[in-house]
Amino acid sequence: MPSEPLFCQRFKIHGRDFVDAGKASITIKGILREIGIDPALIRRAAIASYEAEMNVVLYACKGVMELRVTPKDIRVTVEDEGPGIPDIELAMQEGYSTASDEIREMGFGAGMGLSNIKKNADAFSIHSVVGKGTALEITFRL
Amino acid sequence: MRQGKAEILEDRCIDCGECARACRHNAIIPQTSSFTDFSKFRHTVALISPVLYGQFRKDTLPSTILAGVRKIGFDDACDVACASEAVSAAIDEYLASYRGPLPLLSPFCPTIVRLIQARYPSLIDLLIPIDSPMEIAARDVRNKKMKELGLRRDEIGIIYLTPCPAKMVAIKYPLRKRASHIDGAIAISDIYRPLLSALSDMNNTGHEIEESVRGMGLGWPVLGGQVSSLRAESSLAVGGLGDVERILDEIERGRLGDIQFVECQACAQGCCGGSLTVGGPYVTRGTILSLVARFGKAPCQDRAKIRELYQKRYFSLPGKISSRPFAPLDKDIAKAIEKRKRIQEAHEGLPQINCGACGAPTCLSFAEDVVLGRAQFEDCVVLTAKQARTPVGASSGLASKREVLTQ
Repeated sequence: MPSEPLFCQRFKIHGRDFVDAGKASITIKGILREIGIDPALIRRAAIASYEAEMNVVLYACKGVMELRVTPKDIRVTVEDEGPGIPDIELAMQEGYSTASDEIREMGFGAGMGLSNIKKNADAFSIHSVVGKGTALEITFRL
Repeated sequence: MRQGKAEILEDRCIDCGECARACRHNAIIPQTSSFTDFSKFRHTVALISPVLYGQFRKDTLPSTILAGVRKIGFDDACDVACASEAVSAAIDEYLASYRGPLPLLSPFCPTIVRLIQARYPSLIDLLIPIDSPMEIAARDVRNKKMKELGLRRDEIGIIYLTPCPAKMVAIKYPLRKRASHIDGAIAISDIYRPLLSALSDMNNTGHEIEESVRGMGLGWPVLGGQVSSLRAESSLAVGGLGDVERILDEIERGRLGDIQFVECQACAQGCCGGSLTVGGPYVTRGTILSLVARFGKAPCQDRAKIRELYQKRYFSLPGKISSRPFAPLDKDIAKAIEKRKRIQEAHEGLPQINCGACGAPTCLSFAEDVVLGRAQFEDCVVLTAKQARTPVGASSGLASKREVLTQ
């Protein structure tokens, strides 16, 4: 049984919106700071949620990011409506990317996003349906 | 503001000086030293940042300003720009042999160091462990004066003429070592008038035919001055707290690893725009840039000698900087979350016009003050005025809000 969340907030993410890109993860970082989470954990959560947020901005039409804090863990989930990922195992490999030249020109798309999320999380799960979208759950233990 | 007095939340203050700059009534005056504090010294030396040169018209030469400082009561005046050039060369040496994560950060703006301690503890190790030009200059001049005048260490008083309150705090409470080499600081704004009248009596051209103050260290107070004095191939300069935070966020995400050196300054124009200056950031910048154009090209340091000193760790700062996070809303995460929720609720009930009449800078910070017991809902003049207009017997929004939020 998952423990009752003490805190829950949702953030909308718009695909291709580079003006607001990164705002959700910055808000998440501020919330975690205010409630007294350990700075090292905040850093990991901020990096992972930023990568997840940017994946929606870069590749999907839109998405929702949710932050839940329970007495035991911090959970960030992201669900998007987008192209989906045909081969998750391949996408998880460092350096693998389907990014366009345009995305690379902006300094993204180095193929480090998903592996970076996994590296910073205590638990990570990903599900994707091609043509529909992708869902991530990133967990950090308190 | 509480009962007409400015109150500073010590653990949140990063000494940026923005409060003093923002207050139109000059209610906040940073504590500086006064001339009388230095009467205990037998010999006093004023340390001059090039920011001071930028406070006067560009035909007033640095050496004339140094002479003016001597005239108003200091036994000697010593320029810091030359030490800045030495520090630039030392940073070049450090960058050339460094093999760790990038980018490295300039450690010379005390407000930025404090910001990193509070909000970006994971970046502390990127701060270059090299001492500041003002400390190096103070150490050099003290040793020189002890030899020349046969005085003891504590008989010489070294006073920095500071452009900002943060440097004053850095002198009083140095981060890595036990004591600063500097004995006190006077705001440039405090010394400006006496210095101006001293200078008006002086003949500007007669003092030194060849300008003694020179070198690229002259440009250090201008945003980007550090970057342009280095040999680093990729570097950037960022000014203003908002932009600095954005860059530090990027660095924390590991996105700027292809850059070697980042100069971060709390003031948008660098030290030129320090809150204790009088010339205004843009005019000061213009004057300094014209001094750089005239006297900046001729070096004042011998690179080979600096390299030798660097290898003897002459510029190194030992010890580690600790993190100093801002206090959370509560030590208990569940209680902190609860308090955060009450703050959000309180904020929703406020007019959200940030009028400041309650004494808090914004409605959100007022909501926090109410929930944490630092203020009362009645302090909001807008809500209290509405309450006064509510007919007797009708339910009062204020009373119910107070009950909900201060349980």
